[in-house]
Amino acid sequence: MSARAELGPPIKGPTAFGDDPRRLWNLARTLAVSDFKLRFFGSALGYLWQLVRPLLLFGVLYVVFTEIVRLGGDVELYPVALLLGVVVFTFFSEATGGAVTSLLDREALIRKVEFPRLAVPLATVLTALFNVTLNLVAVVVFLLLAGGEVRLSWLELPLLVAALAVFTAGVSMLLSALFVRYRDVKPIWEVALQLLFYGTPIFYPIAVVIDRSEIAAKLMMLNPFAAILQQSRHALIAPSHPSVPEVLGSDWLVLAPVALGAAVVVLGYGVFSRRAPRIAEQL
Amino acid sequence: MSARVPAVVVDSVSKTFELPHERVHTLKERALHPLRRTRTDSLHALRDVSFDVQPGEFFGIVGRNGSGKSTLLKCLAGIYATDEGRIHIDGRLSAFIELGVGFSMDLPARDNVVINATMLGLSPREARRRFEAVVEFAELGEFVDLKLKNYSSGMLVRLAFAVMVQVDADILLIDEVLAVGDAAFQQKCFDEFVRIRDAGKTILLVTHDMGAVHRFCDRAMLLERGRVVTVDGPDTVGNRYLEMNFSVSAREAADHQREPRSTERMGDGAASILECWFENDAGAHVEVLPTGGRCGFGARVRFAAPVADPLFGVVLQNERRETILAASTLWSDPTPGHFAAGQEVTYRVTFDNLLVPGRYHATPAVARQGGGIAWIDRRERMADVLVAGQARTDAVVDLPYAVKLDRVADSAAPEEVPS
Repeated sequence: MSARAELGPPIKGPTAFGDDPRRLWNLARTLAVSDFKLRFFGSALGYLWQLVRPLLLFGVLYVVFTEIVRLGGDVELYPVALLLGVVVFTFFSEATGGAVTSLLDREALIRKVEFPRLAVPLATVLTALFNVTLNLVAVVVFLLLAGGEVRLSWLELPLLVAALAVFTAGVSMLLSALFVRYRDVKPIWEVALQLLFYGTPIFYPIAVVIDRSEIAAKLMMLNPFAAILQQSRHALIAPSHPSVPEVLGSDWLVLAPVALGAAVVVLGYGVFSRRAPRIAEQL
Repeated sequence: MSARVPAVVVDSVSKTFELPHERVHTLKERALHPLRRTRTDSLHALRDVSFDVQPGEFFGIVGRNGSGKSTLLKCLAGIYATDEGRIHIDGRLSAFIELGVGFSMDLPARDNVVINATMLGLSPREARRRFEAVVEFAELGEFVDLKLKNYSSGMLVRLAFAVMVQVDADILLIDEVLAVGDAAFQQKCFDEFVRIRDAGKTILLVTHDMGAVHRFCDRAMLLERGRVVTVDGPDTVGNRYLEMNFSVSAREAADHQREPRSTERMGDGAASILECWFENDAGAHVEVLPTGGRCGFGARVRFAAPVADPLFGVVLQNERRETILAASTLWSDPTPGHFAAGQEVTYRVTFDNLLVPGRYHATPAVARQGGGIAWIDRRERMADVLVAGQARTDAVVDLPYAVKLDRVADSAAPEEVPS
């Protein structure tokens, strides 16, 4: 056939990213929005429930650690710092926990339509991101009520949220791609999240750790999640919460959690891209 | 035509699925048996499939269950990666493997239309813009705010199809979506296909429905076990498909029935019917007979004792056990004569195949003639055959006939006066 020479390149089959970033974005957004709507349709208080969950956890921790254990005794604005920690952790566990099974949950779509596969875990992260944004507004309201003040360093916050989102997306990509082949990623990750909850200064301030062992505090700050949380406290709540460079004792060392985070993202994307073409048949 | 770039070129595409025997799902198993390879069965879903589809063509893909149709469609749609070979697509392609992909039952129509259309390749803004057109086509104007779970299945299908129609693509891949919806809506779908085709779009339709192939397709391809059997006009492919379908199902059915069929046997054992068969015009043993033409029944008999002038016969019954044919040597001249012990004989009955499509059973028999009939060997429903073809009658057999119409002169004239 004479026309063969004029053929375009052959089609590639399914990929993680697709040809058109806009399509990936449109899909992830549409999936996330419908997820968000689904969750609140039919419940009388709608979005409030999304707020109630972290608030309840916050309430319990608050009572335990201010009235019983007195962990946050002399830490400035400890309750708000605690709330911020709970909100940020809720985001991370909701996004990654949901992402683990996301490909399986969307099996019907994946087996029936061609689209950039990355849209699925990204949608999960995006849904959680809607929630955390609203929850952060609640945190700010609490902060102002508790006597915190508006400071220029709040401008760091969008940047930190963005960094957290990217890191979370990286972890989500890795987990969702691995889960297709190894179903025990799910229980393992549940345990890992628990470890993260206790191994990160969420309900205890980093100052408590520094008092016991500076090395331990420094090691904690190597964890990108913990570093972002700590830096948020410094930027949002009060300067008396030590920033990451202060805990690590050097501006250069900040590159360590950044590099670790970036490595996770690269690894996550790499694994996901490699798996993407076969996800539909291996699910 | 060869000057134009084909809309779809499939170039020796193969696709194999690895089906694990004992699936290693857990890290523990991996850790304990790091070297053990998972035993897998390879399922060759597609083997060296090649074909072209020209722009503006309505191309049918047919095949029995498991022949690889859907796998091919998914490769074309980019859902599966091919193992070998290449696929070229010239233009924007939309695949409709299932209607209403991404529908959530708890959301109202508007959200679902946006989700579905976005999945199929529209931007969300475009999807919202076309919502009115979708609702209008689906005739669901009054139900827009209803959650999908309160829709009837027919309404769901209408909504889904309406979205599909709104997604402009140059090439459409459609997988058996026509089998749903009420008759009126099906007609609407068909009309829409014709409109799409007339607009110069290319359509690839995967289907079992030969009627649809005949009505719409310019060409069609028949797949069997992942291989292309033929690419040809719809009539040829349709007939090949029917033939293949019936021959395989007949064979399968025959395997099922072999046991019970040979149980009922009567006779004194002086001879036994060893085997029997149906044959076509050329004398080849067949399990499927086309309607029309000559065909025949044959049986092989061995005598265990000497018999004089036995009777050889066969009774043919349809599925309702109505006897359609009773043939024997009863009135034959000369008489069959003498048979010695150990002698073998075959006898044949040939006839015009006036049978209507369906399954027929043959009961061959050998008997002694005398005052009455004494069976030597009679094997109830020993063989069966499937007659395939276009049924043109409800009758038991399709006797050839002619109809002639004569108007009786002047008989109608008086009645026309009043008008």
